[in-house]
Amino acid sequence: MRIRAQLITLETLIRKEISRVTRIWVQTIVPPVITMSLYFLVFGNVIGRRIGQMEGFDYMQYIAPGLIMMSVIQNAYGNVVSSFFGAKFQKHLEEMLVAPMPTWSIILGHVAGGVFRGLMVGSVVTVIALFFTGIQIHNIWITVSIVILTAVVFSMAGLINAIFARKFDDISIIPAFVLAPLTYLGGVFYSITLLPEFAQKLSLMNPILYMVNAFRYGMLGVSDIAVGRAYAIILIFILVLFGACTVLINKGIGIRE
Amino acid sequence: MHALSIRNLKKVYGNGIQALKGIDLDVAEGDFFALLGPNGAGKTTVIGIITSLVNKTSGEVRVFGHSIDTELNAVKACIGVVPQELNLNTFDRLMNIVVNQAGFYGMPVRRARRRAQEVLEQMQLWDRRDDIARNLSGGMKRRLMIARALVHSPRLLILDEPTAGVDIEIRRSMYGYLRELNESGTTIILTTHYLEEAENLCRHVAIIDEGEVIQHHPMDEFLRTLKQQNYIVNTREPVAEVPVIDGCLIYQRKDYELELAVQRDHDLNDVFAALSEAGVRILSLRNKTNRLEELFFNLTDRSDQVPEEKTEMEE
Repeated sequence: MRIRAQLITLETLIRKEISRVTRIWVQTIVPPVITMSLYFLVFGNVIGRRIGQMEGFDYMQYIAPGLIMMSVIQNAYGNVVSSFFGAKFQKHLEEMLVAPMPTWSIILGHVAGGVFRGLMVGSVVTVIALFFTGIQIHNIWITVSIVILTAVVFSMAGLINAIFARKFDDISIIPAFVLAPLTYLGGVFYSITLLPEFAQKLSLMNPILYMVNAFRYGMLGVSDIAVGRAYAIILIFILVLFGACTVLINKGIGIRE
Repeated sequence: MHALSIRNLKKVYGNGIQALKGIDLDVAEGDFFALLGPNGAGKTTVIGIITSLVNKTSGEVRVFGHSIDTELNAVKACIGVVPQELNLNTFDRLMNIVVNQAGFYGMPVRRARRRAQEVLEQMQLWDRRDDIARNLSGGMKRRLMIARALVHSPRLLILDEPTAGVDIEIRRSMYGYLRELNESGTTIILTTHYLEEAENLCRHVAIIDEGEVIQHHPMDEFLRTLKQQNYIVNTREPVAEVPVIDGCLIYQRKDYELELAVQRDHDLNDVFAALSEAGVRILSLRNKTNRLEELFFNLTDRSDQVPEEKTEMEE
């Protein structure tokens, strides 16, 4: 298949995935926005007033980047896992498997859908945040690049989850038992400098900490970790996960008998 | 060149079931080929391997000379497949489903839309193009799957039970369309449980049973191997005494109905003459089953083995 034809396969899948997200916007966009609004209201407005300042910012201002990033992570992951597993469950994934579609196109097409939904929800949550606090941008390039790269990482992770999943339980276990704890303990609501030394060291093993803090640096200019290290970790994750997706799809694990 | 060439193809599933025990199969380019067999014989596994949905255990598969091991994308580009099980995104619109499938084969979107219109019209679904697939009847969904399989104009079309659940009128128009498609050069492989369909449409036939090809012939040659043919005749008056005719066994089914089992080396003219002489006046005649069905049943019937199998299991 020529490169142009390969790019058409990618374009088709991206169009399909984006149209899925927009077609079922009541399921894909609205619920996370409501959840995040409640976070702003409860943690930021009600409890945050009593907490005072963190790292020199109002608590609401401090957690806003974390909440935006949390919504991006959850939605990028959730979009790919549900779209790919749904296609597998209904068997229309076969539409792609019987066609001469390159593996990278299958991966990037789904990732594009995840990134699209992650950014859509992230953008709406940012607008919601404006109702509660002032948003500032310390470095637009870091802010945008980190949010996109993070959405790519979790879209690929969602794809791997969906590849292995055999039943609906399998697509809710990882988000509930792995993703949620790592996100809540990843510096969304606090600076790790508040933790005891042991817990600080433990937190440094959590990749989400780097993503949240790098994004917070892009917005507020403060971070618990070095931003360069965050980029390195994110890029390593992207390479490893892309390689894993390629091997799994090529071998047909979870998708071919 | 063969459209499909299979050599010593074996498949053992993870649960240890040996679905294919080393089959060989050739389908000539331009052929209309029937791949038949009872449920669980291995037909769908063969199709799954050809279309890369099932990994083979060993053996060789070539489609128009391209090996599935080394030139899988070239193989995929040649094939359109209509699987036995529904595999549609039932939440999407018909037009999107067909246009997206064309896109997965690398067809630019404008050309894909034109081609989608053609195939949806051919399958009498154009009026429903903006409907959600979930709202279609079972037969319509099956026609949609055929439209989707044809959108990239494949050289080899594989139809796994394409007419299941399709009403007779639409089925006939589908036969007509498939014949036209075959006459225009598309090789077609058909699996079906409607053996009359296979007998009328196909030029070659292979029968798979328990993972092995047990028959592989031109259809005419295969049908000639039938040793006797059964007919049902309706008589003008009730038959008081069943006549005895050389080369033909006669059973009385009802007062006005006889079943004739005519040996292949006896002419029907002689049988009718003998019946007439015995005072039996015939109103109508029909085949009890079609010829392919008769042969198929003879080859794959295992009802006489049941007691033996039971005994082995009990032991």
